[in-house]
Amino acid sequence: MRNDKSQTTNGRPRVAFFDFACCEGCQLTVIDALQTHLALLDAVEIVQFREAMTEKGENYQIAFVEGSCTRRCDEARLVKIRQQADIIVALGACAHLGGINALKNLHPLEAVRRWVYGEKADWYETYETRPIDAVIEVDAVIPGCPIDREEFVRVVKAVLLGKKPPIPDYPVCVECKLKENVCLFHVGKFCLGPVTRAGCGAICPTFGDGCEGCRGLIPHPNENAMKDVLAEAGLTVEDILSRFTMFNAYQVQERMAEQEGK
Amino acid sequence: MTTLKIDVHHVTRVEGHGNIVVDTHNGEVKECRFEVVEAPRFFEAFVCGRPYYELCHITSRVCGICAVGHATTSLRATEKALGVKPSEQTVLLRKLNFHGEIIDSHVLHTYMLVAPDFLGVGSVIPLVETHRNVVERALRIKKLSGDLCAMIGGRHIHPIAMTVGGFTHTPTERELQEMRTRLVDAHVDMDETVALFATLPWPEFERETEYISLRKDDEYAFIDGVVVTSDGFSYPIEDYKKVTNEKCVSHSTAKWTHHNRESYMVGALARLNNNFDQLHPRAKKAAARMGLKPRVTNPFLNTAAQVVEMIHCIEDSILIIDELLTRGIQSEEPPVVEVKAGEGVGSCDVPRGILFHHYVYGEDGRCTEANCVIPTNQNMANLNADMRAFLPQIMDRPQEEIRLLLEMLVRAYDPCISCSAHFLTVEFV
Repeated sequence: MRNDKSQTTNGRPRVAFFDFACCEGCQLTVIDALQTHLALLDAVEIVQFREAMTEKGENYQIAFVEGSCTRRCDEARLVKIRQQADIIVALGACAHLGGINALKNLHPLEAVRRWVYGEKADWYETYETRPIDAVIEVDAVIPGCPIDREEFVRVVKAVLLGKKPPIPDYPVCVECKLKENVCLFHVGKFCLGPVTRAGCGAICPTFGDGCEGCRGLIPHPNENAMKDVLAEAGLTVEDILSRFTMFNAYQVQERMAEQEGK
Repeated sequence: MTTLKIDVHHVTRVEGHGNIVVDTHNGEVKECRFEVVEAPRFFEAFVCGRPYYELCHITSRVCGICAVGHATTSLRATEKALGVKPSEQTVLLRKLNFHGEIIDSHVLHTYMLVAPDFLGVGSVIPLVETHRNVVERALRIKKLSGDLCAMIGGRHIHPIAMTVGGFTHTPTERELQEMRTRLVDAHVDMDETVALFATLPWPEFERETEYISLRKDDEYAFIDGVVVTSDGFSYPIEDYKKVTNEKCVSHSTAKWTHHNRESYMVGALARLNNNFDQLHPRAKKAAARMGLKPRVTNPFLNTAAQVVEMIHCIEDSILIIDELLTRGIQSEEPPVVEVKAGEGVGSCDVPRGILFHHYVYGEDGRCTEANCVIPTNQNMANLNADMRAFLPQIMDRPQEEIRLLLEMLVRAYDPCISCSAHFLTVEFV
């Protein structure tokens, strides 16, 4: 049951920002969005945003959650947010996919803890990194590492109007072609654009670096074809897996477990 | 007599999660500390096995504020390990990119995190109503610095075009010219910034400590150089462990560092104290206007030192752009990297202070060992020593005021807890 006290102030919905394991770069991108969209502050009432403000209200309808869940103790906090909020938006790759933090899932957990914290490893609570939708239901997602500030504004507008946020389900290649970029495969580089969800304006290929897959795989990607393309570019399976796992280690492992179970 | 207990859970307007714990009885301080409760993220472990070209992209994700700082430090470590020499143009573009990040980080901290304390509000948001011109000025400077970084790296937060040995994208001559015009126009905003911060009533508190930063012969150092301390020591970057001496502390919140004394300070104030002579004349003038004369020993003035550095970085950016335009900017292919085993240490003086990345690569160019020493960790012992010295001086004030002053002291250090949490000892009380 949602909290029935979550009334609006003068028709402005109450919004809160929360962070878990992350670099807070997505919340900083939200602050950067104000450079060009200061009027956003007139459309909502922000009641909690620890990185930017001291005031702290627990009565909110829309929650933006940045960061991945890396500790059992984080789960209770997520559940509490779910109980309060009508709408939860996962903000960025860490919340959406597990993201860069999930790289640690590729190593035995005990070894990771000993590696960084030595004999004091037991002092730190941690478990396999997971996206927040592995813990609670999520209503909308803003992908990316970091999020794109214009896409953030578009999603906020859609959420305020009660519409489904406009997140593309086609690959980065579509946007890259619209930008008339030379395909990076043609200049001997590699790129995860063919299987990665668009919406970033193909920013990495535009600046000469292959897509790293930070927005997650498109629905039903042709991954085998992608692997063929990469192999043609002279890359080993290890290189390919490495590219896939930079932001999608959790998804890669889930799929492998699923396939083993079949 | 009274008992004073303060427990600030998750200090606000800092990057990451930290708590202040104070416990006094009959005027005697039993506990007074700042502790970190950020979720650990294990970067040093999970970069192992990753190929050399990914390291700068992975480690930029340590921090959303100083992503360029981490990426630059990471690239220098990798380049030293693999024997790659960046071109002169790359060196200039990296400096320019770095200046953009210093300005971006400092404007966020000075205007949006610190200034609200002096204007009696809990955040920058009420200031939109009451001090709209101040907020708009801050957002203008932030946009300028963000655009400067984006012109070079593709975006400020998690730069794209930075790669081993160079860049995968080059700004055009026209972009550089337009940026130069905007930087010159920023003089007005910076003059008003100095005027604003010169009027702020900084809390009175002096505690001298050892100040540690990079130093170069020919410029105010941010990238490369040698490590110097105000106690007269100097080390090559490769000897960073002689400086940091990380140790576990029993009650501890962090692996603390110490050098010649029980603690040392890094960051804008340390750089200003050590390298004042190399600041741009306009920056020196701003320092004089805000009453900063080295050696400055009031840690609250770290914020004022950041204002001085913003001015230095704007002026130096104009000079770098002039040099790039005179040389003629051209698209350069990054040098071909010979994959081999190697070890390297990179160091930059990032917005919050001196940062070290140390990597070992195997013959296949994959990382086998990594260590990062973060400015916020290096400041932890000094911040706690400041808190213990400051508290007895303010103990007779109302509890709310004590609490605010301690929070302001924490904020003055501009702690970046996301960065620090890759390597912290966390204690839950």
